[in-house]
Amino acid sequence: MTSILTYTFKNLPSTSAWALRFSAQTTTKKTLAKPNVRNIVVVDGVRIPFLLSGTSYKDLMPHDLARAALSGLLHRTNVPKEVVDYIIFGTVIQEVKTSNVAREAALGAGFSDKTPAHTVTMACISANQAMTTGVGLIASGQSDVIVAGGVELMSDVPIRHSRKMRKMMLDLNKAKTLGQRLSLISKFRLNFLTPELPAVAEFSTSETMGHSADRLAASFAVSRLEQDEYALRSHRLAKKAQDEGLLSDVVPFKVPGKETVTKDNGIRPSSLEQMAKLKPAFVKPYGTVTAANSSFLTDGASAMLIMAEDKALAMGYKPKAYLRDFVYVSQDPKDQLLLGPTYATPKVLEKAGLTLKDIDAFEFHEAFSGQILANFKAMDSDWFAQNYMGRKTKVGAPPLEKFNNWGGSLSLGHPFGATGCRLVMAAANRLRKEGGQFGLVAACAAGGQADPQPLSHASRTVL
Amino acid sequence: MVASRAIGCLRRFTNASRTLHCSGYISRNFTGSSALLARTHINYGIKEDVAVIRINSPNSKVNTLNKELQAEFIEVMNEIWASDQVRSAVLISSKPGCFIAGADINMIAACKTPQEVMRLSQEGQKMFEKLEKSAKPVVAAISGSCLGGGLELAISCQYRIATKDKKTVLGVPEVLLGILPGAGGTQRLPQMVGIPAAFDMMLTGRNIRADRAKKMGLVDQLVEPLGPGIKPPEERTIEYLEEIAVTFAKGLADKKISLKRSKGLMERLTSYAMGIPFVRQQVYKKVEEQVRKQTKGLYPAPLKIIDVVKTGLEEGKEAGYLSESQKFGELAMTRESKALIGLYHGQVLCKKNKFGTPQKEVKNLAVLGAGLMGAGIAQVSVDKGLKTILKDATLTGLSRGQQQVFKGLNDKVKKKTLTSFERDFIFNNLTGQLDYQGFEKADMVIEAVFEDINLKHKVLKEVEAVIPAHCVFASNTSALPINEIASVSKRPEKVIGMHYFSPVDKMQLLEIITTEKTSKDTTASAVAVGLKQGKVIIVVKDGPGFYTTRCLAPMMSEVIRILQEGVGPKKLDSLTTGFGFPVGAATLVDEVGVDVAKHVAEDLGKAFGERFAGGSLELLKQMVAKGFLGRKSGKGFYVYKEGVKSKDLNSEMDSVLAGLQVSPKPEVSSDEDIQYRLVSRFVNEAAMCLQEEILATPAEGDIGAVFGLGFPPCLGGPFRFVDLYGAQKIVDRLKRYEAAYGKQFTPCQLLIDQASANKKFYQ
Repeated sequence: MTSILTYTFKNLPSTSAWALRFSAQTTTKKTLAKPNVRNIVVVDGVRIPFLLSGTSYKDLMPHDLARAALSGLLHRTNVPKEVVDYIIFGTVIQEVKTSNVAREAALGAGFSDKTPAHTVTMACISANQAMTTGVGLIASGQSDVIVAGGVELMSDVPIRHSRKMRKMMLDLNKAKTLGQRLSLISKFRLNFLTPELPAVAEFSTSETMGHSADRLAASFAVSRLEQDEYALRSHRLAKKAQDEGLLSDVVPFKVPGKETVTKDNGIRPSSLEQMAKLKPAFVKPYGTVTAANSSFLTDGASAMLIMAEDKALAMGYKPKAYLRDFVYVSQDPKDQLLLGPTYATPKVLEKAGLTLKDIDAFEFHEAFSGQILANFKAMDSDWFAQNYMGRKTKVGAPPLEKFNNWGGSLSLGHPFGATGCRLVMAAANRLRKEGGQFGLVAACAAGGQADPQPLSHASRTVL
Repeated sequence: MVASRAIGCLRRFTNASRTLHCSGYISRNFTGSSALLARTHINYGIKEDVAVIRINSPNSKVNTLNKELQAEFIEVMNEIWASDQVRSAVLISSKPGCFIAGADINMIAACKTPQEVMRLSQEGQKMFEKLEKSAKPVVAAISGSCLGGGLELAISCQYRIATKDKKTVLGVPEVLLGILPGAGGTQRLPQMVGIPAAFDMMLTGRNIRADRAKKMGLVDQLVEPLGPGIKPPEERTIEYLEEIAVTFAKGLADKKISLKRSKGLMERLTSYAMGIPFVRQQVYKKVEEQVRKQTKGLYPAPLKIIDVVKTGLEEGKEAGYLSESQKFGELAMTRESKALIGLYHGQVLCKKNKFGTPQKEVKNLAVLGAGLMGAGIAQVSVDKGLKTILKDATLTGLSRGQQQVFKGLNDKVKKKTLTSFERDFIFNNLTGQLDYQGFEKADMVIEAVFEDINLKHKVLKEVEAVIPAHCVFASNTSALPINEIASVSKRPEKVIGMHYFSPVDKMQLLEIITTEKTSKDTTASAVAVGLKQGKVIIVVKDGPGFYTTRCLAPMMSEVIRILQEGVGPKKLDSLTTGFGFPVGAATLVDEVGVDVAKHVAEDLGKAFGERFAGGSLELLKQMVAKGFLGRKSGKGFYVYKEGVKSKDLNSEMDSVLAGLQVSPKPEVSSDEDIQYRLVSRFVNEAAMCLQEEILATPAEGDIGAVFGLGFPPCLGGPFRFVDLYGAQKIVDRLKRYEAAYGKQFTPCQLLIDQASANKKFYQ
């Protein structure tokens, strides 16, 4: 199952009272405000630096990272803690001790213990789900102020005892007499000790995502060179953005017992020659997806303050973006696992009454170079649109010069649960910096859900 | 039970041929210069320095190695070998579901003498040997079935790449047709996969899936099938396979890729052990013993395969090739081979819907009765994607049935032919219920309730009150006439018989019974559902016992008489299995159920009178009275214990048999006579069915007998048996037995006519 979440941003609609008051811009092309629906804004968002797993964060727990992101957000926005109505975090690989990691982090960060918090999971779009859940709460009038975020710690994953071992241990708990205990223990076999690792493969198809990405790239005839070139672009742009200080959503994190982390550490622009030397990582020996053109295992957390526009203005904030439409889609988990953006983009654009040309900043999640390029080819194919999407014409591929200009998941890293907020903040910050009006965010994700139901969505934002 | 194994193998065989339905595939343009000479079956283009040879036989869903294709292949290869431009080659099919499905059976069938067949074999051997020695490496890019001659071709290439698709199967099914791999396969396979695995492949004819083939060393690389992309999945997958194959061909030409395969520890140990002559001898001996035990000497092909492999390994290649072609020629002329090839053709025929496409496709099925049969029918339906309601009268019965379906699916998970996810998804197609909810959407209802006409009438009426007008009502019964069941129907044109065989998920046959009122569309619908369920289908007219039960009944009557004459169940079993039946006659009664046998014998006895007489019904009656119902009650002729495989005679039967003993007639009581008394009654009744037009064709009669009743596959079915054995000889035997026992053996008119006109059922 692949889901995708798409956001569009718009710069300062003339209808907004706030825009009229604060905006320097006097004319707008379009307004995406809807009658009788509250405007929802992103006040600001932050993330701690995204690190390669096994580096500086390796001794921490997920709620430590989430807490750091929350503290950073509080510091950045100065929002009074008691104003926050609700906290939602996304995460994928759950630490069993803190299954509601949102709550643990919020308590630690000093939010009011009266503020409820919950944790959502939807593979790589978990943070998107956290944000859109917040949007739903505000739009329906349940809340005014939401903190949404995401966290992932791949340096440590829950490795369990085998089912047989667990069963024996649980039965031992219930055993009353020594005889019962001994008879249970006598059933112990050495193979009970084989540990169970978190699944790396899609549950319904038993295929790993990298493998699926390699097949997808082949389906769309994406060459190894194209993939390496794209990955190199991502790293170069990320490096440039980092050097120029554009990644303003990053907040420093003093890791206990270690130095303060201030920068993402996965950005490593290499050369095509160097990349060409790598062997395929999944489809051996002739595949095209390698370690260099895939996103890497990452530790990180992000958090974002979302408010009803009237509330934000009343509190004196200058919001960074409007969150508008969103759409979730899902398709065949086997052959179209990573094609979500292709399906969702035209849908959300239509919903918002926009075309691809209206978008000034694209921020798509880069799981694999091959996946991004396959999506480009799919979006640019009339044949695919007609035969698989039930559309008359293609939507077109996003122009590369507006696409992930400050790097992407390939270079910045991809903590599964936290990427969604990074994408939204990157789009928002880029629109501010580059002076655009609309942004579009999209991500693909694997999911544990088996029945392909329409559970994806996209949101769009005006800024 | 080699016969049943042979059946199983034949099933796989048709499965394979079913996968060959491929959509027409259009050849792409070649890049680079090409030697575009219009050929019919084969063309090639050149990509840089790699020749891409594409096989695509015209007007056919499959590629078969026939004379034209072979001639063109040799031509093309010669051009490639001569060309300076080409350094390596890729061999690929343009048909997505089929690489090469095998040699052309008709080419062999057309030969009149063993020498002719031998020459065919030698031509093939020569061609493949040349290919094997090619200085320019050839990569076989395999997608879809690669069987028989197709596999022999592939293993003559230097490298093999296969798509990891369910449709990609490799195998040498020749043994199932009573022949052997005659183009070097018996010599190359042992080298390639080791002696034990090669024997296994050649003696069972089993299909090997691509991933398994990779592990065995039969293919060198796998390519995952692709999903939708810039082109339809199948088309793009073939293209991708070709791209990968071309890179490997180049790598091989540049000597960048090694042909050596790293072997696992077990594999190395095995091949070390096989290097010792003494061990090899033991292996030959063991395999031969096993084959003799299983075939009871009725199937010549497996023994010859062992012989040929042995010759090649012990006396060298030359001798091996010579022996292969000789034995191939000999086997092709055997009766067994003709019978098995006949069955193959019959099966292909019975996998088609000659009644056309039904007006409305059945999507929602309902099965009444969650017993062994009902649940079995549900199981083979849900896994083909049919939404199925399983209805029973009691929750206990229903749960048992649902569990049976789940277990059937779960066993496939254990065998890794299904994933647990697929199992759950499939099981979700099944709805268990006690009421008629949802029947208003049913397109077909199959009832499998207890065999009682009143009960059948009751459910028919109940069902007709709730189903929509187009819904077909099918009755799964082994003996109750469909006319009688339909008599209470408001819409008899929608009533039909669908006689499944137990266990439904294993037995391939479905006997469909039409009454005079059954509409053609109803028949088409039933056949379509049966085909979807993976069945081999015969369509017969209504009558007592239809076709299958009717043929079996006189034979069963003879079984009882033979038992009464003092032949013990064990002896009887060995006589029948020795004739080629997969299950001994006494065991068969136990398996079917003594009460069922009694029921059928009574019913058909009434309908057909003296012709069905012979043994005394009293025997079955007394057994039923004592509770000896066969396997299901734990006792019949044998004693059955849970978890115990070997079975002992039921000593309590001695007194029953003693009480009903009759004295045997010595002139017709030799072992052979006993066998022929059983078989001739079967055959005579089958011919009667054809004469009375219960059967439409002899081919259906043969398929029904072999796949439904276990008639010896090596005899090819009752009609093929008459053809091969001689109608006159059968008539003579019948007359001799008639003289001893009377009317039960009176040959039917059709047989007499066939004999006097010296005609054959198959031309």
